[in-house]
Amino acid sequence: MPLLYDDLVCRDAVELASDYLEGALSWRRRRSYERHLRGCPHCRAHLAQVRSIVTELGRAEPGQLTDDARADLMDVSRRYREERSGDAEP
Amino acid sequence: MDDAELIARPRRGDEAAFGSLVTAHQPAMLRLAGALLTSRALAEEATQEAWVGMLRGLDRFEGRASLKTWLYAILVNRARTIAARERRTVPFDHTDDARAEDPARFAADGSWTQAPVPFTDEVGERLDHAPLVARLAPALDVLPPAQRIIVTLRDIEGLSSDDVCAMLEITPANQRVLLHRARAGLRRSIEASLKRDG
Repeated sequence: MPLLYDDLVCRDAVELASDYLEGALSWRRRRSYERHLRGCPHCRAHLAQVRSIVTELGRAEPGQLTDDARADLMDVSRRYREERSGDAEP
Repeated sequence: MDDAELIARPRRGDEAAFGSLVTAHQPAMLRLAGALLTSRALAEEATQEAWVGMLRGLDRFEGRASLKTWLYAILVNRARTIAARERRTVPFDHTDDARAEDPARFAADGSWTQAPVPFTDEVGERLDHAPLVARLAPALDVLPPAQRIIVTLRDIEGLSSDDVCAMLEITPANQRVLLHRARAGLRRSIEASLKRDG
């Protein structure tokens, strides 16, 4: 029985890399992608690069909260409390 | 302290509790708002409105999502309202079925004409941790907005596909396509910058 996707070429294989990392490929597609990877160092390198990008993005630290920005937000909280206590008055 | 209590305390006027939430979440919220709105001033406005929304209890926290996901959902909502006001609405539907990788990289038989430019050389010195991070920031900036927003929520902020789909009201298939294009776009940008630097 001929198997679908067994003749996966690099041009199509690279389009599966992200879904592969997401675990979103059907088993048939995943199997054919993995088979392609075993025989193709370029597509293995391509997948490794996409994976390293995902890893590095997850490690990126957000900037530091400045004192001014923090003070602004504390003001927001204070104004909210004043507004609410104002509402409570008759 | 559980998430519900972390939210209840600032609402009761506990300023220190509010301060702790701000310290823990504002930097990442500002980064996310920056991906949604690009202008720093608008991003700051969106985070302020999100905190007010959180204090007012505009959206009920029902414990189904984590505190972080819930805060981000409020923020995404505020940011999208601001984007609409500023006529900067980002369309998330993709109507073309273009490939994410450059077709010119492949021969007629579908194989690579030129291998991907390595991120590391034989001794692994060319692109270790810090330089890759340095190349990622400008690469993110040039992504189309919808792709930048999706990759920020998923890969930078670490939210689940389900949460992102719910926040942006898009289908899982749409989310996957945009994420794929974003990751491919980042890879291509980094490769191009490596080529430029020789």
